Amino acid sequence: MARAKKKKAAKKKAPPVRRKAARVATPRKSGNGADALREIEQFLYRQAELLDRQRWDDFIELFAPGGVYWMPASPEQTAGEGVPSIFYEDRDLMRVRMKRVTHPHAWSQAPDWGTNHIVSNVMIESEDKRAGTAVVRSRFHMMEFRRDETRHFAGSYVHHLKKTRAGWRIARQRVDMVNGQGAYDYVLQIWV
Amino acid sequence: MRGDGPSDLAQLVERDRVHRTVYNDPAIFEMEMDRIFEKVWLYCGHESQVPNAGDYWTMQLGRQPMVMVRHSDGAIHVLYNRCAHRGAMICGNRHGNTGKVFTCSYHSWQFNTDGSLESFPLPKGYEGTRLTPDNPDCSLKHAPRVESYRGFVFASLAKDGPGLREFLGDARIAFDDMCDRAPEGEVEVVLNCFRVVQRSNWKIFLENQLDALHPSVTHESTGRAAEAVEHEIEKRHGKAPLDYHYLSAFTLPFHKWDQVQTLNYPSGHCILQGYMGLRPQDPDTLAYEKVMRKHYGAERTEEILGVNIHHVLLYPGLSVQPPLQQLRAVRPLSQDRTLTEIWHFRLKGAPEAIYRRALGYYNLVNSPATMVNADDLENFWKCHQGLASEGGDWVSFHRHAGQDDMDGNVIKSRFGTSEAPMRNQFRAWVDLMTRS
Repeated sequence: MARAKKKKAAKKKAPPVRRKAARVATPRKSGNGADALREIEQFLYRQAELLDRQRWDDFIELFAPGGVYWMPASPEQTAGEGVPSIFYEDRDLMRVRMKRVTHPHAWSQAPDWGTNHIVSNVMIESEDKRAGTAVVRSRFHMMEFRRDETRHFAGSYVHHLKKTRAGWRIARQRVDMVNGQGAYDYVLQIWV
Repeated sequence: MRGDGPSDLAQLVERDRVHRTVYNDPAIFEMEMDRIFEKVWLYCGHESQVPNAGDYWTMQLGRQPMVMVRHSDGAIHVLYNRCAHRGAMICGNRHGNTGKVFTCSYHSWQFNTDGSLESFPLPKGYEGTRLTPDNPDCSLKHAPRVESYRGFVFASLAKDGPGLREFLGDARIAFDDMCDRAPEGEVEVVLNCFRVVQRSNWKIFLENQLDALHPSVTHESTGRAAEAVEHEIEKRHGKAPLDYHYLSAFTLPFHKWDQVQTLNYPSGHCILQGYMGLRPQDPDTLAYEKVMRKHYGAERTEEILGVNIHHVLLYPGLSVQPPLQQLRAVRPLSQDRTLTEIWHFRLKGAPEAIYRRALGYYNLVNSPATMVNADDLENFWKCHQGLASEGGDWVSFHRHAGQDDMDGNVIKSRFGTSEAPMRNQFRAWVDLMTRS
């Protein structure tokens, strides 16, 4: 299927591209949006870390009330409402998934499994400081190991973030996997 | 396996048990391809998948790569996906529009979308050979038989045999029930195909489709989780979306599953009665029923909406859920790997809300992030692995054996948890495998 993804032009000034350095603990004040970028990067890393540590409750908490996790069925889709999706879950449905995988009789969860997410190429596509919102694009690579087998999934995230008193929260997360259109050997049990 | 004569094959299947070798012997798998899959009617796709001339979708029928294509005169052809020259696949993509001709990427042979040869380069040089444009061997080969029923296109790779309608028999209610629910009497495909590979023999998937004994065990985790959240939502808003009910319905206790009947036909087709009660009285449903009555009148509408079917299994390759407008085509890849292709349809003329309601089931149950089949697939894999063991040679289908009702040659289970559908599938298997 042809990829017809329109790249949204960054609305305001694009943040400078920063090399990912090891100075996570001591962000510098640069006055050009780098702090916001750093903060958002940390937020994305934390989300990935929660998945890899299987802290589902905390993962769901990153979503705003009404927040949605969406993995489209095809890259051409522009909205999750009313179209086939691999995931299209609000917090309630996410809690069904969480309760399911943690149920003692979730048979397919019996074998040990783990994932490792790498999130990178973080770019703030747009930011509205007054409204406290940001649209952030990033790339991920996820490796999953389950019952002696390794699978890889990779693609892009687009986070629509909202600033709250508790920090950034996700209004909508879109996940497009480059290998999401193929035949799945087994299925996805949890969010990517 | 122990020889390949018909009598040996029949010996692998007893009244209430089957020998494990039918699942894991590669030689039997090849025979199944010859004698079952490449003989009977298999599902190719829906007419609305190829609305325009040149539109095509590829699929595998038995072991054969095929392509379903719309010709310029509107006819749909099902062709072997193989260039008549050196045998290269003519369509490398799963679907697309090829325009007026298929062009082979190897030496530029061109074929019309009805399969006929259009041209090949350098026509001089074949004098005195059998390669002439009018030689049928120089065209794309057609599936010997292609028919459609209410827009669903099937092909048979055997020249002779019963027609599609006869093959479907009473199980054609799969399509009647689905299409009749559309105010305009037909459905339209949603152009998305979820594909999931199962690591087991194809028959293990088919057996599971009408196995009412498994849901409350296999799907307990999802059923309970959905039930808990459903109750929370009900406390908050009074009513939870039907999505939760799709999942929580799996928690029905055994005695409830026993009330669900199965109908089992000699062809191997089986029908499982509905259990979810998919006729709520919310405003969306009432609006839909009003549209239905406008098209069909009150009496016929009641008749249509009164049909209560969960699954129809069209042996050996299709599982249809008419009230949710979805189907799964079963494509065996090898004795231990099976691909399912999962489609959803829109009821033409029905309000959008009715489509969206069924879409919830497609996303939650049938997508590659399914909260339901994840545990089925785990079981299928375990079954296939376990059947390799010499810890036992037989697979048990004893439940209620000999206690089902016969209505002519149709087996009607007296209890939903009867293993009648599995026994019936093997009745058809033996029939097809030992036919001369």
